[in-house]
Amino acid sequence: MAPALLLFAIFVVVPVVQAARFSVFRWNGLGPMENFVGLQNYVMALSDQIFQRSVTNNLTIAILSIAIQLPIGLLVALLLNRKFPGQTAMRVIVFVPYVLAEVVAGVIWKLLLQPQGGVNAFLETIGLDSFAKAWVGDPSVALWTVMGVLTWKYLGLAIVLLLAGLQGVPEELHEAASIDGASWWQSQRKITIPLLGPTIRTWAFLSMIGSLQLFDMVWILTRGGPDNATTTMATYLIRQGTERSQYGYASAVAIILFVISFILAGLFQAFVLNRDAGDDKPKQRRKKVSR
Amino acid sequence: MTSVVAPPSRGSRAAARSGSHGRRSVSPWVYVASVLVAGVTLAPVVYAVLSGFRSNGQLGANPVGLPNPWIFDNYIGVLTSGSFWQYAVNSVIIAVFTTTLVVVAGVMAAYPLARYRFKGRQALFNVFVMGLMFPLTVAIIPLFLMVRQLGLTNTFAGVALPQAAFALPMTIVILRPFLMALPNELEEAAMLDGASRIGFFWRILVPLSGPGMVTTGVLAFVGSWNGYLLPLLFLNDPGLKTLPLGVADFSTEHSADTAGVLAFTSLAVIPALVFFLTMQKRIVSGLQGAVKG
Repeated sequence: MAPALLLFAIFVVVPVVQAARFSVFRWNGLGPMENFVGLQNYVMALSDQIFQRSVTNNLTIAILSIAIQLPIGLLVALLLNRKFPGQTAMRVIVFVPYVLAEVVAGVIWKLLLQPQGGVNAFLETIGLDSFAKAWVGDPSVALWTVMGVLTWKYLGLAIVLLLAGLQGVPEELHEAASIDGASWWQSQRKITIPLLGPTIRTWAFLSMIGSLQLFDMVWILTRGGPDNATTTMATYLIRQGTERSQYGYASAVAIILFVISFILAGLFQAFVLNRDAGDDKPKQRRKKVSR
Repeated sequence: MTSVVAPPSRGSRAAARSGSHGRRSVSPWVYVASVLVAGVTLAPVVYAVLSGFRSNGQLGANPVGLPNPWIFDNYIGVLTSGSFWQYAVNSVIIAVFTTTLVVVAGVMAAYPLARYRFKGRQALFNVFVMGLMFPLTVAIIPLFLMVRQLGLTNTFAGVALPQAAFALPMTIVILRPFLMALPNELEEAAMLDGASRIGFFWRILVPLSGPGMVTTGVLAFVGSWNGYLLPLLFLNDPGLKTLPLGVADFSTEHSADTAGVLAFTSLAVIPALVFFLTMQKRIVSGLQGAVKG
């Protein structure tokens, strides 16, 4: 017990508490911390346009991650859930990007996405030259590019978790539905997807929290640029902290990041996850199918 | 069984047409989708590996297509430079250090939390669960200063200790149900045979909870192996850099040498892929367990 508590207290609890303490000082990390400024750092952060941009970016990424990955992930998981030769190999393949280090995947993508890189060359080869662009250099598309790479990296996690959830959906339901004349898609939509509800909600929760803390991939691909188009709270925080040594200010940003995650997690818990307790929707839908 | 279930109307018709060969009734769309998904998933990695066999001239003249002729200089250069190996060894040391620490501390904490009733047990458990809510980024500034004060900057411990601490909550959350599931009779029998609590812990509980410890160990290892933020801030000494850090630095230092960077990066993919393929089931079941928990 003791080693774990010690480790946890020293390297998790103390730093988090310290972050809260630093956040009310103006401090460059050297010398005594005596320039107490109250909530000034918070006010400064919240009124800084670049920080506002980073919050917007984080929220956009959180929403788009779910909106993009859920439909694709569901479709692929439903397809892979059927027995066919090569099914096992496919299950391994879709998960490969998730296992690669973000940095390693990020460097590969960065080179692919250069103006002279593989993506543009590929577009030219298949005759879509007009779509070629400076993927990470153009402020108007950079965030979308990051979204695309994130989708590639994390779709496998969604698929693997959804496949696990599908194991809990009994075969008999589909047999009954197909005897009643339901098509494959009907029985997926009316039976399987509703029964996947808890898995989907848990995955969405993880995805949301992950999106808010995004750092590695963005740092490698764009460093938050161009023109702050892809800055996230985490890249903003690291910039302020390590490059400009504004430790008090960076800590205020860290606390805001934590508070935003905490509030969103709480809202998610209250409005979405709570449905899992006593949810009888699937039953009602099942009746509809058998009608 | 499943071939009977859920025949999609279009798919079954297609299968019926070509069905005289005794094929299963799998819609061709499954294959189309599979090829598409596999292609998009693997293309960047395959591209990186193949491009490592080209010269920069080749890459510039024709960025897609197979290497012609195949050039081995990039890979040979990386493999003989020494820095790649140095980074890989550093990553292994840090990952093993982190994993050992997490699993040993984790099981020692999960054991009483799972099997003893004592005051504040639930509260203690909740403290660790709360830890899941604290992202590394929130703590990183104070951690950075603390590691500097402790004189742990540019040491493996400076990276491994915080990594282990942040991996603890997940480890305990996954391990606790494992330890709870072991029947009480085992413990009673061991006590009757004269084993102490510590003896029971080491000689019966630890071996029996092996699968759980392997799963959490694998997750901690992968997390440490892939970690970037902590090494980025805590390791400046080129001789101590980890593989992700090395890849990132190499790519900025040799930004003009695209083929060389792709060769370096491709080699960095290999250990992760080999580890994943051998430990695939553990990694997946660990993540699924984490979601259920």
